[in-house]
Amino acid sequence: MLLLASGLTKTYRTGDELVRVLDGVDLTLKAGESLALTGESGSGKSTLLHLVAGLDSPDAGRLVVAGTDMVQATDVQRAALRRDAVGLVFQQFNLIPSLDIAANMAFQARLAGRLDLGWLEELVQALGLQGLIHRYPEQLSGGQQQRVAIGRALAGRPRLVLADEPTGNLDEATGDAVMALLLQLVAQAGAGLLMVTHSPRLAARLDRRVHLAAGRLHTVEPLA
Amino acid sequence: MRPAVGLLALLSHWRRHPFQLAMLLVGLSLATALWSGVQAINAEARASYDRAANVLGLDGLPRLTMVDGSAVPLARYGDLRRAGWPVSPVIEGPLPGSDLRLIGIDLLTLPTEARLMDPAALDLQGFVAVGGEVLVPAGAAARLRLPDQPRLRETADLPPGIALADIAQAERILAAPGLSYLLLSRDAALPADLPADLVLARPAAGEDIARLTDSFHLNLTAFGLLSFAVGLFIVYSTIGLAFEQRRGVFRTLRALGLSAAALTGLLLAELLLLSPAAGVIGVGLGYLVAAVLLPDVAATLRGLYGAEVPGTLGFRPAWWLGGLAISVAGTLMAAAQSLWRLWHLPLLATAQPRAWAHQAASGVRWQAGVGAGLLALACGLGLWGVGLWAGFGLLAALLLGAALILPLILHALTFCAGRLARGVLAQWFWADTRQQLPGLSLALMALMLALSANVGVGTMVGSFRLTFTGWLDQRLASELYVTARSAEEAAELTAWLAPRTTVILPIWSAETMIEGQPAEVYGMTDHATYRDNWPILLGAAEMWDRLAAGQAVLLNEQLYRRGGLALGDLVDLPGGALPVAGVYSDYGNPRPQVIVATDLLVARFPDIPRLRFALRVDPAQSAALAQEMRAVFDLPEAAVLDNTRVKAMSLQVFERTFAVTGALNVLTLSVAGVAIFASLMTLSGMRVVQLAPVWALGLTKGRLAALDFARTLVLAVLTLVIALPLGLVLAWALLAVVNVAAFGWRLPMAVFPADWLALAGFTLLAASLAALGPWRRLARMAPANLLRVFSHAR
Repeated sequence: MLLLASGLTKTYRTGDELVRVLDGVDLTLKAGESLALTGESGSGKSTLLHLVAGLDSPDAGRLVVAGTDMVQATDVQRAALRRDAVGLVFQQFNLIPSLDIAANMAFQARLAGRLDLGWLEELVQALGLQGLIHRYPEQLSGGQQQRVAIGRALAGRPRLVLADEPTGNLDEATGDAVMALLLQLVAQAGAGLLMVTHSPRLAARLDRRVHLAAGRLHTVEPLA
Repeated sequence: MRPAVGLLALLSHWRRHPFQLAMLLVGLSLATALWSGVQAINAEARASYDRAANVLGLDGLPRLTMVDGSAVPLARYGDLRRAGWPVSPVIEGPLPGSDLRLIGIDLLTLPTEARLMDPAALDLQGFVAVGGEVLVPAGAAARLRLPDQPRLRETADLPPGIALADIAQAERILAAPGLSYLLLSRDAALPADLPADLVLARPAAGEDIARLTDSFHLNLTAFGLLSFAVGLFIVYSTIGLAFEQRRGVFRTLRALGLSAAALTGLLLAELLLLSPAAGVIGVGLGYLVAAVLLPDVAATLRGLYGAEVPGTLGFRPAWWLGGLAISVAGTLMAAAQSLWRLWHLPLLATAQPRAWAHQAASGVRWQAGVGAGLLALACGLGLWGVGLWAGFGLLAALLLGAALILPLILHALTFCAGRLARGVLAQWFWADTRQQLPGLSLALMALMLALSANVGVGTMVGSFRLTFTGWLDQRLASELYVTARSAEEAAELTAWLAPRTTVILPIWSAETMIEGQPAEVYGMTDHATYRDNWPILLGAAEMWDRLAAGQAVLLNEQLYRRGGLALGDLVDLPGGALPVAGVYSDYGNPRPQVIVATDLLVARFPDIPRLRFALRVDPAQSAALAQEMRAVFDLPEAAVLDNTRVKAMSLQVFERTFAVTGALNVLTLSVAGVAIFASLMTLSGMRVVQLAPVWALGLTKGRLAALDFARTLVLAVLTLVIALPLGLVLAWALLAVVNVAAFGWRLPMAVFPADWLALAGFTLLAASLAALGPWRRLARMAPANLLRVFSHAR
């Protein structure tokens, strides 16, 4: 099992009030499987994604990602997991502004010490970034930046790709194109995919869909 | 919208960003403090010169002296008065047993321009009565022990170093053989041609103390200005950041009906509220700085120029108001660019915070172009400039040019380092460092200015110290120096000393006018002591023989340079001109000096006191001989000095002289350290956006914080590396251009690598302290703060 979560809880303090964002979440994901996570704004989708990525830690419950127990893991172990096993795609792209596109795409794979230049070149071709690799993020459009972010997430051949509203900042046509590429390349890399999205249309393109409401997950049956 | 509502909305920013407000106030206070501290010192010194000028106004008037340099006989004065000459007699000389100079005047005939002090403060009867009182500066009476102690009256109206008495009283106290000189009114019409036995000396422009010390005060002002500029870097960056962070608020206020002019006016009002507050703090701090530094400044002025300034600070309302004004002016100067941009900000301009100090590449290139132009100007001034102003122009162009070009150099260095780096983290480190440069460049410029000033001034002082120490060894070659109290005692002393010493060398001197300037003429006895040791800079063939034969003179470097003289040129002396045979260094002496053979001195100035002698003895016996001499002749401690003690005293004066420079150096460096701290703290808020993705991709916060810490140190070290050569050029400019123009001597330049290591240590310490806060903040940052970067709602 690539991802195993059970009884996950997470509480935030907002002013004087304690808000339980996740209240006993159970979730599994197998290698090569794709899962859409939907929910209203503020329902805790991103929080769940951040816990899985090791960017934050749960208050209680069990969470194992790619064989690492995230509840027991130290800061260093979580950083190692992110570097070695996880690819992250954010809505805001979050590229490194001081590096050019080529360096951005190779960054995480080089950090993990497994840059495969052939695979990187394949990604550049597939993402249509050939003419842009010496530019800087600020010189690219939103769609182009998100393609770079996908390339960065996949360059190290991670076991798990986590995508947080990857098309949320893009128009529909660009979003569809980026989504198609993401699914194609994740499948090609043999990785699992957990994607947060508002869009039922995009969610429908993944293997499974779960909905987060009132801090709990509900499985959504595919339409027809 | 009511303006007050808008102003409150703007001011609320500072409530939410108290650290920024603190930095604004700290920057402005420090800038104002160092500037107004220096101004307070200058104001105090100038007030003292003004008082001195009222007394030494005598020096500003034409005077008659005897052609042969001897005292003017009283009868000669009487003849002139009877012939209708509007002359007034003066007797002047060192007051025995004190460091005061006694001036004896005749109140009845004194020209009106030389009115010495407020007549209301003068008790006329007490002053002119037989055995009348001697006026001395406040605090001096207790130290004075005069023979037949006259009545002393302390007065605050006299400058330090001057005592004043009626001419008859002065004649008695000084045992003067005649009058020192006869004063004339500035525009007095002479009733006849000048008699052949008299010479008329008109003071040349630029001779008074205030003019002489102008260069020193300019030096201090330049330091004050440098510190002010370094402080303003903090203000500029803080205001820039506050404006950038409020772009959204500006847009909202504009959308709600506030015009661009009204908004600019409100921001101006906000600055005018804040700046006087910082000004008050700054002026208060400046007063403390001035009070601490003034005693050392007074020592400097006494040591270098013979100018007397009291070591305590007075209260001057004009200075306080000036400090507040400079604080407000500095704020407006630092805010001008931001206000200008706000005025031209389109209503629908993006409200998204962006890199507030980000400059377009073209802006950096333009800035570097101006910097290169200024450096070229500095080269031109260094090669062809003449005089003090050219020297200061050179320093200003050099420092400003280098500061403007610094960001481009750092950009190039970090770019090259990035290209050479192999690891992914190293490459990111250099790329990210390059990205931080626009935000840090102002603080780094401030640091570079402070460091190069430190290296430059340190090298100058170090070179001076090295030269001065060697020079003292040469000048103080004799083992003992003795001063008799009277001619009779001098005769007894020399007779007693003759069998006990290798040689007795007279140190006798006279005062006269040379090249239109008051100068000293010293006698030198032909002896190996001088031939082997005297610090000669330039010498003609057979210099010593011609000097000993009374056929030539030696000049000190000051007279040689200021008079534009060359070897072989004739120097006018009472009794006839003599050619220049040599030039010697004479550091620390503000006055022109000429050396002639002792016999010639005595022949041309027969009335000089013959009281001082240098003694050559077996060094092992010198202490015992000094003790015996004191015991036999009941001489006071200060009358017999050995050369090691004189050297120690001279070096002590030297160190004190440059203590003020050292203090200003450290203060300026500290302000630069605060500038870096302010920049790093204000940038650290923006760093989260840049660092969060790297953290998300697999780096720990601790490692990121360590890299950020290292980045600050690397930038500080790179800045130091650039500041070093700049500081050495600065030192060269100070030694070869400014010092020559200001003091009249040129010193060989020495370098002090050990000082650079100490400075590197100080720089790393300052940078570490400045980076410590942001480092802790990042290392301890809660994940939630980093996660906000990825939040959709941004």
